[in-house]
Amino acid sequence: MSEIGQYIFNGLMLGMIYAMVAVGFTLFFGVLDVIKFSHGDMLMVGAFAGLAASMGLTAAGLDAPWAQLLCVVLFAVGLTGLLGAGIARFLILPLHKAPPLNTLLATLMLGTVIREAVRLFYPDGSNPKPFPALLPTASVDLGGFALRVDNLMLLVAGLLAIGSVHFLITRTKLGMAIRAVAQDGETARLMGINFEAVVLLTFALGSGLAALAGIMNGLYYNEVNFSIGLLLGVIGFAAAILGGLGNLYGAILGGFLFASLQVLGSALLPALIPDVPSAYKDVFAFAAVIIFMAWKPTGLIAEKSSERV
Amino acid sequence: MTHKHAFPLSLLVAAFVGLTVYVWLFLHAESQIAVAALVAVAAVAVAAGRRWGFTRRFEEAALASPTLSRSLSLLSALALIAAFHDSHFVLLMLCAVLLYATACLGLTVQFGYSGVANFAGAAFFGIGSYATAVMAAHTQIPHLLVILLSGLIAAVIGSVLITPVLRTRGHYAALVTIAFGILFKTFLEVNDVLGGPQGLQVPGMQLFGHALNDGAPFGTADTSFYVSYALLSLGVFALVYALVSALERSWIGLSMDVVRTDETAAATFGLHIARWKVIAFTTGNFFAGIAGALYGLVSGFVAPNNFTFADSLLMLSIVILGGLGNIVGLLPAAMIVLVLPEKLQFIQEYRFLLFAALVIVILLFRPQGLLPRTTRIFFRGESSR
Repeated sequence: MSEIGQYIFNGLMLGMIYAMVAVGFTLFFGVLDVIKFSHGDMLMVGAFAGLAASMGLTAAGLDAPWAQLLCVVLFAVGLTGLLGAGIARFLILPLHKAPPLNTLLATLMLGTVIREAVRLFYPDGSNPKPFPALLPTASVDLGGFALRVDNLMLLVAGLLAIGSVHFLITRTKLGMAIRAVAQDGETARLMGINFEAVVLLTFALGSGLAALAGIMNGLYYNEVNFSIGLLLGVIGFAAAILGGLGNLYGAILGGFLFASLQVLGSALLPALIPDVPSAYKDVFAFAAVIIFMAWKPTGLIAEKSSERV
Repeated sequence: MTHKHAFPLSLLVAAFVGLTVYVWLFLHAESQIAVAALVAVAAVAVAAGRRWGFTRRFEEAALASPTLSRSLSLLSALALIAAFHDSHFVLLMLCAVLLYATACLGLTVQFGYSGVANFAGAAFFGIGSYATAVMAAHTQIPHLLVILLSGLIAAVIGSVLITPVLRTRGHYAALVTIAFGILFKTFLEVNDVLGGPQGLQVPGMQLFGHALNDGAPFGTADTSFYVSYALLSLGVFALVYALVSALERSWIGLSMDVVRTDETAAATFGLHIARWKVIAFTTGNFFAGIAGALYGLVSGFVAPNNFTFADSLLMLSIVILGGLGNIVGLLPAAMIVLVLPEKLQFIQEYRFLLFAALVIVILLFRPQGLLPRTTRIFFRGESSR
């Protein structure tokens, strides 16, 4: 019982992080029809920015966990959002008229630049760094399964973040502008929407969400590593495609689907084939992605040009 | 035939000699200052050549007499190998440049001609290496045949990806190859049969009963045994280069170009789009596999860390840097990407960062690359009718 509970909870947590990354991919694809592959590395930047902020605050003598958490989140989300807007302004928009693969390639390379920059220039960045535990570590016993309060809070925070992005997109004026740009950039411009501002805001929003996911990832595993971005980027991209690029619900669905595949892989694979070590779980997950792409190339909820974001 | 800006043949020869001497100096340079000075000289020379139209005339002259320029480049390569016959390190570097360039020829067929993005170049290179490691250690198959078989294995494994790549387009296809590249490396690391993270030893190459690791069968006592490997790499590169350039000039290359530039138009002209993509993808993987096979034999050792996603990106940097679709540019680009970090030790640590940034700059400001691809001209010297 406790083991199954652990698997399910782990899957939910992973799914939440993946969904948050996938929502970013889907937002960017919605407004500009581009894939920003450095998105996974934005998550890593967010985690490292949070780590730096926390260390700075500790050095400055501000130790109260709640105040520190608030500052960490604000700093990381703000910095990463700014970086995301900057990337959109100086890399994505200039390449907008180029072939789509050039944008993909440029952002892949940008991901490498960010990753390497953190590895080389962050003090001792090439080694995994411990992430401070800023949440209460009490746990509730649920029939043999110890549910940790901090993990529950992370899950709720993720739900709130995705929920508020959804609210922003569907219920506010800015969201309407984003949806208008996603449907037809030219017409949106004719209707007096500031195209560039909306694009920059969307990129800031997606990057901020990724930074939040990065902090959640750090708090959950108590560790950040400069190389998590690549894998999370690939997984987030895969999740966004599984659900159907450009569709918000699809991205969330894809995130949880991918996480359940991974958890299933690590739980069932050793049971089905006794000799296979659980280390194959990533191999299994990526093989599943490739097979899935062959089966349903445009994802579960097919991309409709009129219904992005 | 006589051109307004005719470029005397003697000058063409002189240019090749100059380039060879330059590469020789570059490979010979020991101190960081000398290397930096040589890089500066190259930058100034290229800028000056552009300014006074020298590079354009050189290109025209080289295009006008392709046989001569090819023989000259082959001679330059041989001269370089002869000049460094006693240096293990330089010869090993030359092998790496030649073999990476060979793999990039394959990527050019995929990405440059047919527009099939392959972000797993290093994985197919690695499949070739691993296949060779296993076959050379456990079977009696002659090693030249092993190299060929390894290329075929890379192509066959690549064909697993054909369905997802064909059914999808653009970003989707890119995701499939990225996923495959990461899957391949993860698989190698967790797998015990293929040596896990430590990798496998590859036995030295046997060629017609002669063990290449025992030393070169010619030359003086101080001749490095890598001379044979370098000659072999040069041979493989020249062969694949000849194949790819013939392919580009033929109706095959033309069809691939049409498929890349406009699928709808291609279909209207009766071209089978899927067929051309399959041909390009398989051919490219075959070349990458062959290059990887020989690379495994040269380095004597294969490990998962040589075939990461970052290496795939490095290969794509070579393709983009050289000028997408222009196979002449691959060699200088491979030199820049592989040799420059070895020479300038202080950038070795920063090479992924540097080349990734360089590719971004190129994509932003000069998407056609350092040596842009020229339009193929089938009937040179004839006025259009």
